[in-house]
Amino acid sequence: MSCLKETDVVVIGGGIVGTAILRELSKYDIRSVLVEKEPDLAAGTTKANSAILHAGFDAPIGSVKAFMNVRGNHLYHELEDQLDLDIKWTGSLVVATNEEELATLSELLERGIQNGVKGLEILSPEQVLAKEPNLTKTVTGALWAPSAGVCWPFAMALAFAECAVQNGAEVITDCRVEGIDVENGKVAAVRTNKGVIKTSYVINAAGLYADAIAKMAGDNSFTIHPRKGEYILFDKTAGASMVNGVVFPTPTKTSKGILVCTTTHGNTFIGPNAEDLEDKDDRAVTLGGMDRIMTSARKLLPNLPMGTAITEFCGLRAVSDNGDFIIRNSEVKGLIHAAGMQSPGLTAAPAVAEEVLDLMREGNQNLVLKAGFKGVLPEKVIFHRLPREKQAEVIKENKLFGRVICRCETITEAEIVAAIHAPCGARTVDGVKRRTRAGMGRCQGGFCGPRVTQILARELGIPVTEVLKEHADSHMFYEKDQVKGEEA
Amino acid sequence: MNQIYDVIIIGGGPAGLSAAYSAWENGAKKILIIERDRELGGILQQCIHNGFGLHHFKEELTGPGYAYRCIELIKDKPEIEALIDTMVLEILEDKTVIAVSPEKGLLQVQGKTIILTMGCRERTRGAIRIPGERPAGVFTAGAAQRMVNMEGFLPGKKIVILGSGDIGLIMARRMSLEGCKVEAVLEICPFSNGLTRNIVQCLEDYNIPLYLSHTIVKIHGNERVTGVTIAKVDEKMQPIAGTEFDIDCDTLLLSVGLIPENELSRGLNLEMHPLTSGPIVDQRRQTSMPGIFAAGNVVHVHDLVDFVSEEAEIAGKFAALTALGKLDEELTVVNVEAGNGIRTCVPQKLSLPQEGEAARLFMRVANPERKVKLEVKSGDTLIMSKILPVAKPSEMIALDLSAEKTKLIKGSLIVALNREA
Amino acid sequence: MSVDKRVLTCIVCPRGCEMTATITDGVVTEVVGNTCPRGKKYAEEEILAPKRMLTSTVRVKNGALALVPVVSKISLPKEKVLACAEELRKVTVEAPIAEGQVICPNILGLGVDIVASRSLAAATDKD
Repeated sequence: MSCLKETDVVVIGGGIVGTAILRELSKYDIRSVLVEKEPDLAAGTTKANSAILHAGFDAPIGSVKAFMNVRGNHLYHELEDQLDLDIKWTGSLVVATNEEELATLSELLERGIQNGVKGLEILSPEQVLAKEPNLTKTVTGALWAPSAGVCWPFAMALAFAECAVQNGAEVITDCRVEGIDVENGKVAAVRTNKGVIKTSYVINAAGLYADAIAKMAGDNSFTIHPRKGEYILFDKTAGASMVNGVVFPTPTKTSKGILVCTTTHGNTFIGPNAEDLEDKDDRAVTLGGMDRIMTSARKLLPNLPMGTAITEFCGLRAVSDNGDFIIRNSEVKGLIHAAGMQSPGLTAAPAVAEEVLDLMREGNQNLVLKAGFKGVLPEKVIFHRLPREKQAEVIKENKLFGRVICRCETITEAEIVAAIHAPCGARTVDGVKRRTRAGMGRCQGGFCGPRVTQILARELGIPVTEVLKEHADSHMFYEKDQVKGEEA
Repeated sequence: MNQIYDVIIIGGGPAGLSAAYSAWENGAKKILIIERDRELGGILQQCIHNGFGLHHFKEELTGPGYAYRCIELIKDKPEIEALIDTMVLEILEDKTVIAVSPEKGLLQVQGKTIILTMGCRERTRGAIRIPGERPAGVFTAGAAQRMVNMEGFLPGKKIVILGSGDIGLIMARRMSLEGCKVEAVLEICPFSNGLTRNIVQCLEDYNIPLYLSHTIVKIHGNERVTGVTIAKVDEKMQPIAGTEFDIDCDTLLLSVGLIPENELSRGLNLEMHPLTSGPIVDQRRQTSMPGIFAAGNVVHVHDLVDFVSEEAEIAGKFAALTALGKLDEELTVVNVEAGNGIRTCVPQKLSLPQEGEAARLFMRVANPERKVKLEVKSGDTLIMSKILPVAKPSEMIALDLSAEKTKLIKGSLIVALNREA
Repeated sequence: MSVDKRVLTCIVCPRGCEMTATITDGVVTEVVGNTCPRGKKYAEEEILAPKRMLTSTVRVKNGALALVPVVSKISLPKEKVLACAEELRKVTVEAPIAEGQVICPNILGLGVDIVASRSLAAATDKD
């Protein structure tokens, strides 16, 4: 296998955790490369989750999860402006509908206080309904956590990656790790389908496949199994019948429950259920799963307008065999795990990144801060958010702002072209969708899909038939059988 | 661009084009059509099959042929302007239309009247919640049709089609003509909504099996579609356990319904009808906002483009007359209700001057019927009746009420079926 | 003498009468179930020499669009339709194209011309 390059740190996995770690690394004078097996970043669990920045009252006291959750939540408050992150600090409600559930809320309150969560209080039914008027009238009270919020996860992962790249880190997509070379008990190189990368450190942020990666280095200390969560997303126009923020039911012993939440873009969704699986590739939405989600959600929102549902999707959480995060040095020197990142993994990500670097320092790695770290990203033009006069101006500067490609969400060709040419730019239809929202509206890409495909082909200089939807073999269009013949 | 148009028409498909011509015929002097695609003609340009125009142009035409004739009628008239590659973002209550295009930037134009002719869009997989993975290879039939007929690409080679309405049937034939294998067409109802002519010429001709009372219960494939699981359904359209079977395929085309595209109408807070999903209109096709008219698929999904043109001509005429200030009468507004056996009826209102006014009603029956009488009643008075030897939900029925007849109307009008005919 | 019965649905008008035709030695000798004479004529033609119109697309060189839709001027023998469609896949026509322009004369020697369904301009720099 040919030598692709030599670096100091290889981060395996381009989800929220891997990209957060890459960004943290890029603050220091150390070379780092992130490898991602899919054609795009954030194509795994990061693109299919509840998008919630949890307050931190849920995790068991003293667990790694609890600490990382609260610290991560705090860090997002700081990163928000720096990276122009799409976050709404809506606060969250855990709703009780009987006396028993009310008792559980008190437990959660206590746990939250122990975990260091600020501002928690138990609200009366009237107070709850004042915040969320469409909730069931059987509410007996709710735990209010003002520090919780909703975010736009893939944009966050991309922001982390773009920040890292503008500070010298490297991202390689379509790069699947096939082996890890260990010499004298120490990591020496990572073998990928694109070649060998010599490295001193390997950060295992490989999500569902973190155990397989660990195994490649001879580390069999943990296993990961997938827990499937299905979601149903509603049209924005249903907003008035839905919720303003994040609403949880009272949790049971086994799960946080099926919640109702409105994204930063105004679409409400319900979910997730929780089904433990063995197959890491099973992302099928099921009839049974959807039924369970709808029944459960109706307990919170009796008048759920099912006729306005626009899409369903499903994500797989990476659950470790001990149920907690696995953030530690491996026995193999230089290998650091950031695994088992089920909920609150999204919230914890920036804190996990800090912890990984601390682990490197523990291993005697000298980390020197880079001078001139560029922490701020260049501003992105989001056409539909601009006032009309500004819209007129941007079209004068770039005609392509004048062509609306995604009619449902009012996304222009200029924004799509920018998303393709940005650092860590989109190369697939779903990649464009994640960055611009083109295709996330009620027609679900029916109108814009073919147009986005043709724009990708043009901008990437590839035939339309080579444009992918998401994964490496997800071609969408084929050539017609053209037989060489005469001209008419 | 600070000119006031007599009529601004949103959408340059058959409805918009016919409305423009009619407005011109009725004296409007400044007419603007705004079209988001690269050319006029709307969805017709991709409907390359024939069967259009028998009523309206008295010849059987292809979709592009029908569009061509509509465009020829308005092409060289200095009173009619058309903007293409231009997307309307918003319509304000004062009838200002805000639009963008690469060439002209942000435009604001004002109309004395506006005609909404935005057409419709397709129902998606997400809206009907088909379980399974989300691989590449699932398309709505119309999106696939555009790629095949206009851009020159195939959506796949081994195809299953969900929905036996005309769009699904037409695509079954189209894909077969392009050398693909269409494995099956599935229909959740016990009957097909498509024309019998299409069942014969699109399915039977190509030996494509039609499974009535069947639906898809799972889509397979991680990256690209690899197959679908199909099941029979009961009277409540729920899958029957144990009837499942698989069909291998690489493409699923969905022809599961059309929805009028009314974002701009909702932005204006027009009164909408829950069953048509379009704005409520009177016989002049005026909406709940004076001066704003609507016609074509945006009001209710049509099956014959000829009716779309007729409806649009009514809207064009009355928009023009309104803009020219020629309508200044006292009107009595009467509700039109869909009664027994009728699912929808457009218009939903009649705005009648004292001397009455001719009204063209378009309706759909709720279920397939044979030998029934369609009755239009106002209270106990029978205004009009028509015998229908055959009526299907998929075939819109047109009924003309003469001005004379409308003078007999007092109170609500009910359109209903009498099965004791 | 060979006698055959065939059931078919008339497609001439929306009534869709179900007809039964009797075919004796290759000749339609009786049609029942039709409500009008057009139905009888349809049954005869459909059984003995079914015909279909063909609509498809043809590649365009230097056009404002990549394809031009085409239609057969009159109907073709039903059993030749797929072969004609395949034949059209070999054709490329240069823009500009006029509506009604013959794209493929006398396709497969069947005496039917395939013509453009619409006009199509040549590509400009903007396309």
